[in-house]
Amino acid sequence: MTDAVTGKAPDTGSYLGEKHGPRAWLLSFDHKRIAWLYLLALTAFFFIGGAMAVMMRLELATAEGDLVSDDTYNRLFSIHGIIMIWFFLVPSIPATLGNFLLPLMIGARDLALPRLNLASWYVFMGGSLFTLFAVLMGGVDTGWTFYTPYSSIYSNSYVSAAAFGVFIVGFSSIMTGINFIVTIHRLRATGLTWFRLPIFVWTMYATALVMVLATPVLAASLILIVAERVLGLGVFDPALGGDPLLFQHLFWFYSHPAVYIMILPGMGVVSEILPCFSRQPLFGYKAVALSSMAIAVFGFLVWGHHMFVSGQSAYAGILFSLFSFLVAVPSAIKVFSWSLTLRRGSIRFPTPMLYALTFLFLFTFGGLAGLFLAALVVDVHLHDTYFVVAHFHYIMVGGMVTAFMGGLHFWWPKITGRMYPEFWGRIAAIATFVGFNFTFFPQYILGYLGMPRRYHSYPEEFSFWHVMSSAGAIILAVSYLMPLVYLGLSLVRGRPAPADPWEATGLEWRTSSPPPQENFDETPTVTGPAYDYINPEPEAQDKGAQHEHGQPERSP
Amino acid sequence: MNEGIRIFPDSASTFAPQVDLLFFTLVAFAGALGLFLTGLVIVYAARYRRNAPAARHRARGRSLPFEIAWTSATTIVAAIIFAWGAALFLRDERIPSDALVVNGIAKQWMWKFRHPGGQREINALHVPRGEPVVVRLGSQDVIHSMFVPAFRVKQDVVPGRSTELWFEATKTGKFRLFCAEYCGTEHSKMTGWITVMEPEDYADWLDRQAQAPSMAEEGEALFRALGCSGCHGASSEIRAPELAGIFSRPVATETGTVTADATYIRDSILQPDKHVAAGYRAVMPSFDGLVSEAELQALVAYIRSLSLDEEVPQ
Ligand code: HEC
Ligand SMILES: [Cu+2]
Repeated sequence: MTDAVTGKAPDTGSYLGEKHGPRAWLLSFDHKRIAWLYLLALTAFFFIGGAMAVMMRLELATAEGDLVSDDTYNRLFSIHGIIMIWFFLVPSIPATLGNFLLPLMIGARDLALPRLNLASWYVFMGGSLFTLFAVLMGGVDTGWTFYTPYSSIYSNSYVSAAAFGVFIVGFSSIMTGINFIVTIHRLRATGLTWFRLPIFVWTMYATALVMVLATPVLAASLILIVAERVLGLGVFDPALGGDPLLFQHLFWFYSHPAVYIMILPGMGVVSEILPCFSRQPLFGYKAVALSSMAIAVFGFLVWGHHMFVSGQSAYAGILFSLFSFLVAVPSAIKVFSWSLTLRRGSIRFPTPMLYALTFLFLFTFGGLAGLFLAALVVDVHLHDTYFVVAHFHYIMVGGMVTAFMGGLHFWWPKITGRMYPEFWGRIAAIATFVGFNFTFFPQYILGYLGMPRRYHSYPEEFSFWHVMSSAGAIILAVSYLMPLVYLGLSLVRGRPAPADPWEATGLEWRTSSPPPQENFDETPTVTGPAYDYINPEPEAQDKGAQHEHGQPERSP
Repeated sequence: MNEGIRIFPDSASTFAPQVDLLFFTLVAFAGALGLFLTGLVIVYAARYRRNAPAARHRARGRSLPFEIAWTSATTIVAAIIFAWGAALFLRDERIPSDALVVNGIAKQWMWKFRHPGGQREINALHVPRGEPVVVRLGSQDVIHSMFVPAFRVKQDVVPGRSTELWFEATKTGKFRLFCAEYCGTEHSKMTGWITVMEPEDYADWLDRQAQAPSMAEEGEALFRALGCSGCHGASSEIRAPELAGIFSRPVATETGTVTADATYIRDSILQPDKHVAAGYRAVMPSFDGLVSEAELQALVAYIRSLSLDEEVPQ
């Protein structure tokens, strides 16, 4: 069988048709099936976390705290953060799209350590369900940041259980990270040199490094909280001889790099989508690839920018500010390169492309807001206000979640063997753009006005912007529910997908949709660079060429 | 203060215009760059959409001059913004030596302030216009953060240490005070008002408040009650350092020279072993758990007053 390239009807001989029944899925070592396990779990967490966000926005639609009590509100934002960060954003693209695509993109049959891959899912489920259980028992009210000594001594909620669950989930990150690193080093197809790798693989590599290096520090700090709460060990509480700022250092030492765990994969996804629908190679491939690594490294040097007003020394603040500005440079390189990729292309606008362009816009404006926060005196004013909330939602939701949606649509034909309905896809992408900006742009203004974050009620003078934000949140919520419905329906009703519906160049498109269990019928070899797109409009090309040679352009 | 749609916060301290200048420069820069990129993408998307008759050729997918140009341009712009923000930050770090010292205690979920004359306020603070004011902050429980948007100032209040926030108000009026660091159930109720008054009005206002012993007097009483004077007093048998005149001055300790600021005094009382004054035996007991945050502030005020008689250098 060598005609995998031409595309076959789905389900015959594909990984989906192999074996049926819960056992065949829950105990499969196939990276593609494990990706599905993650996808289902993460979808559930995304909508639980999203429901909390909607409740918060409803509460904030009025200045008084009237819908839920203050304790409930505090639990809502804490759980929203914990779920969205640790049970959705950190694993999101790596564990689903990454798991599915990484072996396909490098021409491998599976990840290097398939058993570890399945184990990571069980660890993830164990930890996250444990935390969910703590929430059902009565909740956590420390915020996702668990600042001490509030979390370690004063809070009377289920902090230990929640922290323990997050601690466990950390191990699943580490497992995934190790697996990806080994896979990328060992299993690349013949001819697939480092600088021929798709950028998505580069970003997976950078992400995996950060996961492996940073997560243990998070684990340590969470265990110290539990030790102080349960055993009365004086670590963070000054009354016991501890230092509350120590926790912030430890926490951000992990959580700042974790921000890059949460955005690098999104950058990888759009680096695949933009060239494909522009029919152009990615502009500045090498710079984009290396900037991912630069971000991963610099990301470790900026944690103190969360602590400019914490009482840390002014000189530490200045150093952290400097490094934070340095991190902006590789991100800017990427934005410029993505934009220039469109130049002289032949551009189509199906759903994935709309999401990718939305990403580009929102990531740019989220990143630019970061400059404000890195500038010391300005941060003194903006720190812990809605400006920060807006900034990181632009990056995490506007960036990462949008990229995730784009990637999901882009590879949906490959993953499921079915096409999604293009019309509804475009509507959802546009609704995301509109809803997102309505929700979060007002929050920049609120922050500058001085509205502190994590407030259950607020002074009347902030009402206007809060109401606008809450209205936007409804649109945004609908825009996320739509794909749930139409993608779900497409599983049974969708048109069968050809092997390469987008005429894309990656190795993953060189096998049938959905791929066979062993991924490729014939082990592929690689002879050219990534993104070897050819502009399909020869006449236009000719005209361009003439123009280039200085001849006057004929009027059409 | 108008309700309805607000876009600008009040601007009522010497910091506010400085911060706003940088802020709006950034808005202009970010807006220009963001809109330029957006415009570029829209133009490309329209011009080079499939089937559009535009001049195309197979792009090379890279351009070294471009890449070098924008990498260095971003680095330079980043350096400029950094330097600007850092310079202001360092300048604002230095607290004027003639600042009026107010003590503030944060606790779940209220702010308590005491003026040098001993006057107390809860969730409200009156300050004179045109004079630097430093609020010396302590927390009784968790971390809080004192935030006055109209002044563009914010400082975390950390249990176990003393932090300082200073400002010089430029406008009279009432301005909001928030707790900016999440601190539990009623975090959003931990708010108050800063009232800025003309200096004469402020003096009148102080006079009208219930008369209490001043911070320093209260500290002096504590100094005796807690037995500090037994060792530090002039007639003491135990050899302990003289505390008059040490405040804000460098003192020699066994681990090096440090400045005897509020934090140093605090540490000396709570953790005497942390810095042992050079040439003395470490016999001073720890008063950890015996003195409250407010009492600590009174003791510091007293020790500071011992130095005020002879002009604090700064
Ligand atoms: C048992 C005697 C004793 C008592 C009681 C005592 N101290 Fe001390 N204190 C000392 C000695 C001895 C030193 C110098 C050694 C050291 O730094 O630990 C000292 C150092 C200090 C210093 C640092 C001075 C410097 O020059 O570095 C301060 C401030 C201080 N004490 C304040 C207090 C206060 C306030 C109290 C009451 C709450 C108090 N002490 C109670 C004996 C005492
Ligand atoms: Cu507080």
